[in-house]
Amino acid sequence: MYTKVKLENLNVHFGSNHAVRDVSIDFPENSVTAIIGPSGCGKSTVLRSINRMHDLAPAARVTGKILLDDSDIYDKGVDPVSIRRRVGMVFQKPNPFPAMSIYDNVIAGYKLNGRVNRAEADEIVESSLKRVALWDEVKDRLKSNAMELSGGQQQRLCIARTIAVKPEVILMDEPASALDPLSTLKIEELIEELKEKYTIIIVTHNMQQAARVSDITAFFYLGELIECGETRKIFTTPDQKQTEDYITGRFG
Amino acid sequence: MEREHFSKQYDTELNDIRSKLLEMGGKVEVMIANSMKSLVERDSELAERTIAFDHEINHLEMEIDERCLEVLARRQPAARDLRFITLALKIVTDLERIGDQCANIAKRARELNTEPPLKPYIDLPRMAQAASVMVKEALDAFVRGDDALAIKVCENDQVVDDLNEQIQRELLTFMLSDPTTISRAIKVNYISKCLERIADHATNVAEMVIFMVKGKDIRHTIA
Repeated sequence: MYTKVKLENLNVHFGSNHAVRDVSIDFPENSVTAIIGPSGCGKSTVLRSINRMHDLAPAARVTGKILLDDSDIYDKGVDPVSIRRRVGMVFQKPNPFPAMSIYDNVIAGYKLNGRVNRAEADEIVESSLKRVALWDEVKDRLKSNAMELSGGQQQRLCIARTIAVKPEVILMDEPASALDPLSTLKIEELIEELKEKYTIIIVTHNMQQAARVSDITAFFYLGELIECGETRKIFTTPDQKQTEDYITGRFG
Repeated sequence: MEREHFSKQYDTELNDIRSKLLEMGGKVEVMIANSMKSLVERDSELAERTIAFDHEINHLEMEIDERCLEVLARRQPAARDLRFITLALKIVTDLERIGDQCANIAKRARELNTEPPLKPYIDLPRMAQAASVMVKEALDAFVRGDDALAIKVCENDQVVDDLNEQIQRELLTFMLSDPTTISRAIKVNYISKCLERIADHATNVAEMVIFMVKGKDIRHTIA
């Protein structure tokens, strides 16, 4: 399996807080990797390192390497914006741009990268919305405000916006935790389809979701990677007692 | 040290299943002893009671199945809890089969008691004793997660197999030398096979314990 993203001895400090401790992990291409662990274990911090979100936090210090296709994204001279075009992110709370229509939301990221003609934009909007199974629900009101959509629809819109720029990796930080169960299942089904084209890394505190949706599961505790393996194995015969205690609800 | 679940109720539910399994195991051991006793002491009334007792085993099977299903539905068990529940479901089937075999032994005993005994029963009670110990130890191993004990049970299966073969050879000699013994010999042979099957079921349980504890599936690998 080709390794799309590779973390090598990643350490993240927020001032004196050593939040991520010497983490090394491979994320295979076209797979879904779930990152699980109790609150404060560093999972979101790890995720946000992969698209250089910590660049925006003055107190953050990131050391180690993160390789995207064998090139370190933290190398001198690398433009973080270019990384964020290749590594998209979906957040916990759906965040469509509030002043924009559905149509404009989808095309927003694409427009940032340069001019695009009308026909091309139409095509991108339609194909992105179709990919997230939202097209049929919104095709007759593309110009209406995005905030009129339900929570589940808004989240799918955000995913459409993310994939419109044709990223290679999609990071998801608890993408369904603000949604109702049915919307959650629809998002999970979407993730299953998306992995054909993208590499997906998802942080979730919902163990059953990690078990349903991922191919690989990585368990973190207090900033360290405790165990990483095939989801099937982690949830039936994990190697580490800590992993087992966490997923069986004996601590966390 | 074994940690408890955050939900005490969950721990209670799992412990309930453990106790019910031990209860079922205890009743099965009683059945093994009584079915053998009804033969050796020619007590057909005990045989009748033993056959009727099988209902209690069947009832426990249904109760444990239901509790396991509930845990699966409500708790979404993972890792060792998942292995425990799925194996409890399978073990219950083996125990229920053992109950059936004991009832079969009692039925043959009832028939044999109407005729003169073939010979003093020495090896059959030894087999029954060995099989009964295997059942007890296999269940203890399951409940305690003791894979060392489970391996011991698997090894002891050989003792019962050897006794069975010995009995079969002996019965063959009887039948060849005196055809009037054939009817009784066939029934005694059947009882020996029942006991051999009981030991096999105990071995199944032990193999599953090893899987549960070690995460290694050794079924169908030991010759």
